[in-house]
Amino acid sequence: MIAMPLRSAGALEERRAEVSAATDSGRSVVAICAGTGCVACGAGRLADAFRAELAARGPAERVDVRISGCHGFCERGPLVLVNPQGWFYQRVQPKDVAEVIEKTLAGGKPIERLLYADPVTGEKHLRQEDVPFYRRQTRLLLADNGSIDPTSIDDYLAVGGYRALAKALTTMRPEEIVDAIGRSGLRGRGGGGFPTGVKWESCRNAPSPDGVRYVICNGDEGDPGAFMDRSLMEGNPHSIIEGMVVGAYAIGHPGTPVGYIYVRHEYPLAVERLGIAIDRARAYGLLGNDILGTGFSFDIAINKGGGAFVCGESTALMASIEGFVGEPRAKHIHTARRGLYDRPTNLNNVETWANVPRIVEKGADWFASIGTGDVSKDPWGGSKGTKIFSLVGKVNNTGLVEVPMGTTLRRIIFDIGGGVPAGAGFKAVQTGGPSGGCLPESMLDTPIDFDRLAEAGSMMGSGGMIVMDDSTCMVDVARYFTAFLRDESCGKCTTCREGLRRLSFLLERICEGGGIDADLEMLRDVGETVMETSLCALGGTAANPLFSTMRYFADEYVEHVRDGVCRALRCKDLVRYDVVEEMCTGCRVCARGCPVDAIEGRKGEIHSVVHETCIRCGACFEACRFDAIRASSGRYARTSGGKSGGLRRDPVRCERCGAAVAPAAGAPRSGREAAASAPALLCPDCRRKRYGLLFAHVGRI
Amino acid sequence: MFRVSGFGVRGSGFELQAAPNSQLETPNSKLPVRMVVPPDEPMTEAHRRAVDAILDRHRRDPGALLAILQDVQDVANYVPRPWIEAVCEALGIPHGRAWRMATFFKAFSLRPRGRHVCTVCTGTACHVRGAPRLVDKMRRDFGVGPGETTPDMELTLETVNCVGACALAPLVILDGEYHGNVTSAGLGKVVKEIRP
Repeated sequence: MIAMPLRSAGALEERRAEVSAATDSGRSVVAICAGTGCVACGAGRLADAFRAELAARGPAERVDVRISGCHGFCERGPLVLVNPQGWFYQRVQPKDVAEVIEKTLAGGKPIERLLYADPVTGEKHLRQEDVPFYRRQTRLLLADNGSIDPTSIDDYLAVGGYRALAKALTTMRPEEIVDAIGRSGLRGRGGGGFPTGVKWESCRNAPSPDGVRYVICNGDEGDPGAFMDRSLMEGNPHSIIEGMVVGAYAIGHPGTPVGYIYVRHEYPLAVERLGIAIDRARAYGLLGNDILGTGFSFDIAINKGGGAFVCGESTALMASIEGFVGEPRAKHIHTARRGLYDRPTNLNNVETWANVPRIVEKGADWFASIGTGDVSKDPWGGSKGTKIFSLVGKVNNTGLVEVPMGTTLRRIIFDIGGGVPAGAGFKAVQTGGPSGGCLPESMLDTPIDFDRLAEAGSMMGSGGMIVMDDSTCMVDVARYFTAFLRDESCGKCTTCREGLRRLSFLLERICEGGGIDADLEMLRDVGETVMETSLCALGGTAANPLFSTMRYFADEYVEHVRDGVCRALRCKDLVRYDVVEEMCTGCRVCARGCPVDAIEGRKGEIHSVVHETCIRCGACFEACRFDAIRASSGRYARTSGGKSGGLRRDPVRCERCGAAVAPAAGAPRSGREAAASAPALLCPDCRRKRYGLLFAHVGRI
Repeated sequence: MFRVSGFGVRGSGFELQAAPNSQLETPNSKLPVRMVVPPDEPMTEAHRRAVDAILDRHRRDPGALLAILQDVQDVANYVPRPWIEAVCEALGIPHGRAWRMATFFKAFSLRPRGRHVCTVCTGTACHVRGAPRLVDKMRRDFGVGPGETTPDMELTLETVNCVGACALAPLVILDGEYHGNVTSAGLGKVVKEIRP
C-alpha cells in the first residue's frame, strides 16, 4: 500500500476500514514477540527459522509470520502467539518450528510441551488470557502490545489508533483537552506523581516570546529494574506519538509546538522503533504540517541520551537536549513556564503520554473511575488509572504487570507474580528504583498508590518492583543503591556529591565487617543532610533506600556491625565456605571451579577448604551438586543444595557430641539415600567412629 | 540566531536562544564507515573527512554536540582526542565544553576499546541475581575491571546500569548480542568463544 498523507478525519477512517478489511481474513498468523527480552532469547533466529521452514514447504501453507510488541512476560521468551486460535506458546526454540507448523498450523492441535504450565499446580493453559499472570492484570496500555507489529502503522490503525487524535483535533478545543486530562486525575508516571492536568494548564498559560512551546517525552528510563517504558516504546510507539500530538495541540495551539523524545542510548531497539514510527506517521500526515487537514502542525525529533541517570530529571534532560551536560537547575520557575530554550515546556513520562489517547477517546470520567481516592476537588486527592510495574528479581513470573492503582503489593507479587521461587522465603520488595525503598512482608497489604507508598517510606518511582528473598542482604542493597547514586550524582551540589561518597564508604565498611556502632548514627546524619540540601530529586531522595532498610531491617545492620554476621550470606568478607564432609563425594567439581586452588583433596577423597587462600567467591558453592559446600556466617548457614533447601537459622546438633552439623537440605532423593541419611544427626567425627570412613559418604549419589 | 551560551553557562537568564528547529529534520547523510583510530596520533585525511561528514549530518549545530560525539564514538569506537579538538574548532566552541560532555556521560570512552566489548548489566535485578560475581569472574579470568581493555586490545569489559531485560537477569551483552541467566561458568564459556 502506498502511503498517501491523510488529509481529513474521514480519510483516516477510510484507511482504517481498508486496513481492517485486509487483515480480517482467517489466515493463520504466527506472531513472534520482538521485545528486547525475547530477542535476547533468540526471537530473531526463531522468526528466520519459521520463514525458512515455510518457504521450504512452498506456498501451500497460508501462514503469515510476523513480529509483535513486547508481551511483558520476558522470562518465558521467546513468546509465540498462534492465531486465529489464539494459542500461546512460550520458550519456543528454532528446533520446535517444524512441529509447530505440522501439528498446530496444519493439524490444528496444540503442543503440550510449549504451553505455559503453572509452577505451583502444573496446570497447562492454552490461551494467553487464561494464564494467571495475564488473567489477573488489567491491561489497558499494554493491551495492544502483543497483537500489533510495532513497525506497522496500519496495525495500530486497525486496533483503533489515532482515533483520539482525530477526535481531539476536529471536535475539541485545546482548553477542553487540558480540562479533560485534569478531571481524569492522571498523575505523572515518571515517579513524582505530579498531576498532569495542572502541569498542562500552567504550560498552556505560560507566555512564550515567540509562540514556541516544547513537548517532550521522557524516555530516559534510568531506574535499574524498570522496563515498562522500554516495552511501550518498542511495542507500541504510535500510542506515545499520538499522545504527544494531542498534548502539543492542547498546550501549543495556536502557536508553534515542537516535540522531542529523549531515549536512553541503552535502548537501541526503542530508538529504532520510534524512528520508524515517526517516519510512518509523517508519511500518513499524522505528523508534520497540516495534520489531518486541520491546519495544525507539529513534528517530533528523537534525542539519544548519553548514559547518565540524572538526565531523567526534567531540567537535566532539557540541558542535555540543548547540547550541555545533564546538570539539573533550581526550579524556582517551573519548566512548564520556562524550560527548554527558556520556552514553556511540557515534559511527561512515556507511560503518561501513552495514557493520553485513551483518556481523550474514552473520557475523563472513565479514567477517573479506575483507581483510588477522589480527584474532583483536589488533583492530589487520589491516584487514577492503571500503572505498569516491572516485576523482577526473586519472583516466579517476572515481567510487566499492569494493574489498577490501589492494588496491593501482595496481589502483585503472589497472585500475579506467583511468589518467590520454592525453597526461599520472601524478604522485601524494592519499589521506586534508587529513589525508593525496601518494604518488608508486613507492608505487603499496602494498596499501591502515590501517597501510600510515600507514607511507607518508599515511592512509586517509574514502577520498578524488585522482589528480594532470604539470600538478599539488605545492607548490601543499601550499599548498592548508594554506590549507584554516588556514581550518578552530577556533582553540582556538594552535599549530594560528597555526602553520597561518605554514605557509600560507611556502607562498604559495614559490609566488609569493619563497621562500628557510631557508623549507624553517622549514616542517619549524613543521609538526612543529603536529602535536605540537594537541589534535585536525585539527592533529595538519595537516602531512601538506606533509611527504608534501616527502618525495616535494623536487625541486619546491627548484626553486621556488632557480630560481623551477614544473615543472607552475601557480604563476602563475613562469610566462610566449608566442605560438609559427610556429603562430599570427592568429585573435584568444586576444586576445578575454584579460581585460586583453595580446595584440597584428591579425587575420591573428602575435600577441604584452605581458608588462608579462599577469596570467598562462591564458585564452589555454585558448582557443587551434592549439598557438600556450606556457606556460613555466625549462626546462619546454607548448603549448596540450599538453592532448594532454603536458609537454616540454627544448625542441627550432633546427637552424640553436640557439635554443629550442617543439615542435609531438602528431601532425600532416593530410598538408598534415605537409608544412609537416617542417622543424619551425627557429626562427621561421630559418624566416622560409628560407621567407619566408608559409610560417611557412600550411597549418597 | 544568537547564542551567548557558548561557554557552557546556562540559566543565567539573559540568553534567549533561537529555537533550533533544524534539529527536527532527521540527519540526511549516512554515518561514515567505522575505522581504526590509534590513540595520540595526528588525524589523517580520512579522519578529517569522517569528522566533516559527522558535522554535516548535524548541520554543524553546537546544540547537537551530544549526538555528534555519539557519532564520533560509533565511527572510531572511542572518542579520540584530536577528533574532539577538530569538532570544537569546527563548531567554534571551547574544547572544555566537549571534554565536559565526554567525561560526564557514561556512554563515552576516552580510551580505545577492544575488538570485542563485553557489557555486564549491573542493574538491581541483575545485582540480586549475582552480577557482581560475573564482574569478579571477568577480573580473575581476563584481568580486566569495568572500563578496562586487555593489553592485546581484544576485549573490553563495561558495565551498564540496566538494559531493561531484567527478566533475564543476570544479563551480559557480548558484541551486541544479549545472553540471559548467565552463571560465572557460562560467562567464561561465551567469552572464550570470541577470545580463546
